[in-house]
Amino acid sequence: MSVVFENVHYTYPSGVEALVGVSVEFASGEVVALMGENGSGKTTLLKHMNGLLKPTRGRVVVEGLETSRASVAQLSQKVGLVFQNAEDMFFESTVYDEVAFALKNFGFSEAKTRRRVEWALRFFDLEQYVSHSPFLLSGGEKKRLAMAIILAWSPSIICLDEPTIGQDSLQKERMMHMIKMLNLQGKTIILASHDVEFVAELNPRVVLLSKGRIIADGMCEEILTDLPKLEKASLIPPQVVLVLKRLEDLGVDHRVLDVEQAAKNIAKVLTV
Amino acid sequence: MKIIEVRDLSFTYAGGAKPALSHVSLDVEEGEFVLVVGPSGGGKSTLCRCLNGLIPHFYDGEYSGKVVVDGLEVDRTPTYVLSQHVGMVFQNPQNQLFSLSVESDVAFPLENLGLPREEIRERVDEALSIMNIEHLRDRSPFELSGGQQQRVAIASILAMRPRIIVMDEPTSCLDPLSAVNLFNSIDEIRRKLGLTIILVEHRVDLAAARASKLVVVSDGQIVYAGKPRDFFERHNPHAYGVAFPRVAKLSLMMQRMHNDWDGVSLSPEEFVDEVRKHVGRF
Repeated sequence: MSVVFENVHYTYPSGVEALVGVSVEFASGEVVALMGENGSGKTTLLKHMNGLLKPTRGRVVVEGLETSRASVAQLSQKVGLVFQNAEDMFFESTVYDEVAFALKNFGFSEAKTRRRVEWALRFFDLEQYVSHSPFLLSGGEKKRLAMAIILAWSPSIICLDEPTIGQDSLQKERMMHMIKMLNLQGKTIILASHDVEFVAELNPRVVLLSKGRIIADGMCEEILTDLPKLEKASLIPPQVVLVLKRLEDLGVDHRVLDVEQAAKNIAKVLTV
Repeated sequence: MKIIEVRDLSFTYAGGAKPALSHVSLDVEEGEFVLVVGPSGGGKSTLCRCLNGLIPHFYDGEYSGKVVVDGLEVDRTPTYVLSQHVGMVFQNPQNQLFSLSVESDVAFPLENLGLPREEIRERVDEALSIMNIEHLRDRSPFELSGGQQQRVAIASILAMRPRIIVMDEPTSCLDPLSAVNLFNSIDEIRRKLGLTIILVEHRVDLAAARASKLVVVSDGQIVYAGKPRDFFERHNPHAYGVAFPRVAKLSLMMQRMHNDWDGVSLSPEEFVDEVRKHVGRF
């Protein structure tokens, strides 16, 4: 197993109990979506992966390393976490320096650093901003820069906190493509998201969280068509599921996420 | 009655290589719910800033053309006057909140206008009541959820009693359920108070069915302005960087299979009604 959470509890200093006995495992090379409303514990769980937070009780093991015994720097070489608010990751004065920062810290040579920075900026279509301030980029560009920073050092586990927030449809498509590509390269991808339509299309394993607890864990189609569970997690079902559910009395099966399949199922009922 | 008139508007930010908006014209009728969509960096936020005077009063750059909002020429009207006609809600409500209590946050702009105490109290009560946040009156805005914070931000705008509210991705920090609740409230206050709403939003699937007009801004230009349904029926949203609501896609697929399928649905409810018509069980 790439990541193991064993009965993890986490309480913020303010007293808010954000994780309540979470046990879950992520295999190497898996794509997993953590879903649930704001405050359900998704981000807290992600922050345990690179040791930014350490469990109040229980333990988290990342590629054999127990996080409470490892530094964030050690864990960061294995786990890259892209924050929901990309700006939280910026502090350098140019886009180039921002991407180069971690590489230099990890001891990459100057030539290798340059190659990697250039690759990452090209990959995310940011090379024209090399000498711009990161803070002057548009919202979507900032998000891409945040991902470029992480991918430049190629961690084996990539955590994305709400990767589609504030992204337009083309950027979402690109994000989808990129997640699939990184996964093909063997990376483990854990994303926190409440974008049901995006997750439905990505089709990953889905872990549903509510009030700090895991309330469901299974394949995308199974979880995102389970209306009572989605309601418990305060998620709005995908539009296709909502439509099919309302047509159940006509004998249409609602456990479908694919638009084309849904259209066929409806057509079948209409031609009877 | 026309409440917003934009004519041949161009704006290039100081130091910008190309215009953020180029020869844009737009008319909005009073009481309309206008949904503004398009790719990031296409000019949506710039257009919003031109409606409430942030451009040209606070952003340097090259400005030409004419923007008339509620009878006022924006570039010739001071922003404190404009703010009583056009309210602006931003992506991150935290940028708009700073007081120690919800009540004082909503009262702040009114105090700035120098209104009498009684009137301030009356307007604050009214705004809190419209946004259903009376119970949060004494709370600190910073201990509220994102959805509640955005409601406080909108209440502080409503207290100014503007006729137009411009919202630049107000739900981007919210989860979908809070977003839907906020859209419902926005639509309700629009109807109740006769407000005109300009909403910039990427969540087209949740917002399209409520809009009376869709404006697509791309590469500094308005490439479409008209009924939302017509856009999804006649254009390829992907080509404009606009999300294609699943239910609209589903309608188009049904249309291909059944010639008499009536138009594109923008909400699950509309689509289900259409299906039932064809079953003959309606």
